[in-house]
Amino acid sequence: MRLEYFQMVDRVVSLDAESIAVTCTVPMESPVFEGHFPGHPILPGVLMVETMAQTGGWLLMALNGMARMPFLSKVGEAKFRGFVTPGAELAVRSRRTHDGSGYAVTEAQIEVAGKRVADAEITYRLLPFPDAALEQAMRAQAARLGLPGLA
Amino acid sequence: MTSPVFDRIVEIIAENSDVAPEKMTPDAHVINDLGIDSLDFLDIVFAIDKEFDIKVPVEAWTQEVNAGKAPAEQYFLLGNLASRIEELVAAKPAGA
Repeated sequence: MRLEYFQMVDRVVSLDAESIAVTCTVPMESPVFEGHFPGHPILPGVLMVETMAQTGGWLLMALNGMARMPFLSKVGEAKFRGFVTPGAELAVRSRRTHDGSGYAVTEAQIEVAGKRVADAEITYRLLPFPDAALEQAMRAQAARLGLPGLA
Repeated sequence: MTSPVFDRIVEIIAENSDVAPEKMTPDAHVINDLGIDSLDFLDIVFAIDKEFDIKVPVEAWTQEVNAGKAPAEQYFLLGNLASRIEELVAAKPAGA
């Protein structure tokens, strides 16, 4: 994870017709932890949401063949069940629960050492890439993550 | 006289927006008259998809309207929206 660059996902572990699993390693050091919190560094809940959102985003891009970019439109039922500290290895899963017309809904969760620390229902709008440079950057990231078939 | 589908859509809109049920007449335009914003509309479409086990083709409808192939009223007046939903439900494969 490169928190300052909002690169939350490190590696795609598996992908099937409706779900994805990825791994993310929380860095030992980051300016984020200087403020959140001094003497008690923990990953902000909002970045856990971002991690789940990006995981589902990669799932949806894989399922639509990188034809569209998923943009976050709603976060529902988000729960933060435990602290995530520097160095933690996150196992993140996302499953598409609804494939709508121009939108999709997913359920995502984060586990650390087999224990669930966060989950949420996340809705995305699926829009054409607004910029060729963005599409190119997403394809490069897909290759970096090992997203099957999209390198 | 309204249909059960129309009545259920009114309930769904009421559950997902601040629109008062008495404003939801069959000739009310869901965007222009009811003032439903795009995010609430997305919630409403999601709820309709789930309720009737269909996929409301909002994108195709919007493309038709934008291309001048259909008037917006055909899809987005509440009464017509209910009729389109009824058609989608009727067109579902048996057992779906």
